[in-house]
Amino acid sequence: MIEKRPLANIISHTVLILGIFIVAFPIWITFVAASHDAVRMTQIPLPLLPGGHFWENLRYAFSRGVGNAREISVGMMLFNSLVMALMIAGGKIAISLLSAFAIVYFRFPFRMAFFWMIFITLMLPVEVRIIPTYKVVADLGMLDNYWGLSIPLIASATATFMFRQVFLTIPDEMLEAARIDGAGPMRFFWDILVPMSRTNIAALFVILFIYGWNQYLWPLLITTDKSMYTIVMGIKSMLEAAEEAPEWHLIMMSALLAMLPPVIVVVGMQKLFIRGLTETEK
Amino acid sequence: MLKRVHFRPSILPYLLVAPQVAITIIFFIWPASQALWQSMLVEDAFGLSSRFVWFDNFKALFADPTYLGAFQRTAFFSLMVAAISMSAALALAAMADRVIKGGKTYRTLLIWPYAVAPAVAGALWMFMFDPTIGIAANALKALGVDWNFRVNGNQAMALVILAASWKQISYNFLFFLAGMQAIPKSLIEAAAIDGAGPARRFWTIIFPLITPTTFFLLVMNVVYAFFDTFGIIHAVTKGGPAKATEILVYKVYNDGFVGLDLGGSAAQSVILMAIVIGLTVIQFRYIEKRVEY
Repeated sequence: MIEKRPLANIISHTVLILGIFIVAFPIWITFVAASHDAVRMTQIPLPLLPGGHFWENLRYAFSRGVGNAREISVGMMLFNSLVMALMIAGGKIAISLLSAFAIVYFRFPFRMAFFWMIFITLMLPVEVRIIPTYKVVADLGMLDNYWGLSIPLIASATATFMFRQVFLTIPDEMLEAARIDGAGPMRFFWDILVPMSRTNIAALFVILFIYGWNQYLWPLLITTDKSMYTIVMGIKSMLEAAEEAPEWHLIMMSALLAMLPPVIVVVGMQKLFIRGLTETEK
Repeated sequence: MLKRVHFRPSILPYLLVAPQVAITIIFFIWPASQALWQSMLVEDAFGLSSRFVWFDNFKALFADPTYLGAFQRTAFFSLMVAAISMSAALALAAMADRVIKGGKTYRTLLIWPYAVAPAVAGALWMFMFDPTIGIAANALKALGVDWNFRVNGNQAMALVILAASWKQISYNFLFFLAGMQAIPKSLIEAAAIDGAGPARRFWTIIFPLITPTTFFLLVMNVVYAFFDTFGIIHAVTKGGPAKATEILVYKVYNDGFVGLDLGGSAAQSVILMAIVIGLTVIQFRYIEKRVEY
């Protein structure tokens, strides 16, 4: 604040509050819809204030499915999403740590070739190679299981780059000291590199968890068995049925549950989230 | 790139890069080269045999009005998403940069749509704008707008643009705010002493100084609108009505996975790959410089 301008301050706060109102409005409407019953959701105009059926809808969602995804409960879909998100985030971090370690701390033939090969993955998002990738996964028998949902997505150029950057800032004396003390490469990796990049790992985990949780196209392609549905695509199939028989209160309850875990991660670990976001996009 | 001090050569580094490289080859490079190969083949009607036709698939694509239409639509869609979400985020960040009290709270309340999956964001907006019961749809009808995005293509486009922009505001907001907070306070103070008001300071100092951030965000928003909005389109409109919201990524999926036109879909994939490569090059060549004022 440079000078006193009460009017300008009032305008700033008003704009911000208005912005928050617009950003939050869709979520509020979702929450309100999730707390009413089916009958109320057919009467126009729809309510703007929450009703008394929230817990009832929640219990229903956890025990049974909705719409076209009737065969699988929302609870089960949440579990699938969680497994997929954790496998993707954990897998990406693990293999990127290892390859960044190799590229920074070893001199070996084809080192740069491997580096560029990893770099290329940045240019090949799944959206541009849908059918051939589907075919590979089908040939490997990875359709309709957790491996197929996660493994093809865990190569990561951005994570490898970030760890490379982090390792390059670690002073060479660390390695010299470790070698004088007789530590081998893996010992050095586990006892020095990994602990020293702890915050970066955590920041990256936050970003990758959200990335994994919100996957849509990939699970859509490779799951036909409804018991493998993730929550994000489950909502899509609920919407399909909604055209004839809308069960909006249950769909909105599921949408609420689908966004809860990543939102909690973002809000609860805000510092790490912002750090991860700015570091990986560099 | 490489440490001055490193470990003795051994087989270990190969084992360390093996998982990443194996996944890259199996799930990235192999399928991409398949797409490249496939894009030059034509299959017969029964999928029994295929013929090598060089660039005929590409020629056919660029002669196809529906493909060119999808191209135009994608350009329009991504520019609109970038314009709306960036200007909203810029205004909010400029205000958040000014306020002292409650800055953190505002930030917290503005960032979480980032975490909402595109398909879920689509579901929320679809509910609000549902032609029969949606709250926003009823408000529009009360204003005399004949709202039905399931029939009216322009309205469907407007809806997916809104949903996509809404989700992207938090990302842009965070980067704009970080950019503004990196500007030395002495510059702003000097301008204030010279008598420049807040608006003047914003347009003559802050806005020019965050140009690199703006450019970076423009590229990232185009990438987002091109590829990450598939979930919104698929959940809300399925490219309809009458292809009014069919963007390139959706068309690749629809032609290949639903329509089973393998050659045409692969050719589209190759064009998209070229676009991603172009965007990545722009991002890496020019954006590295974004912190050097």
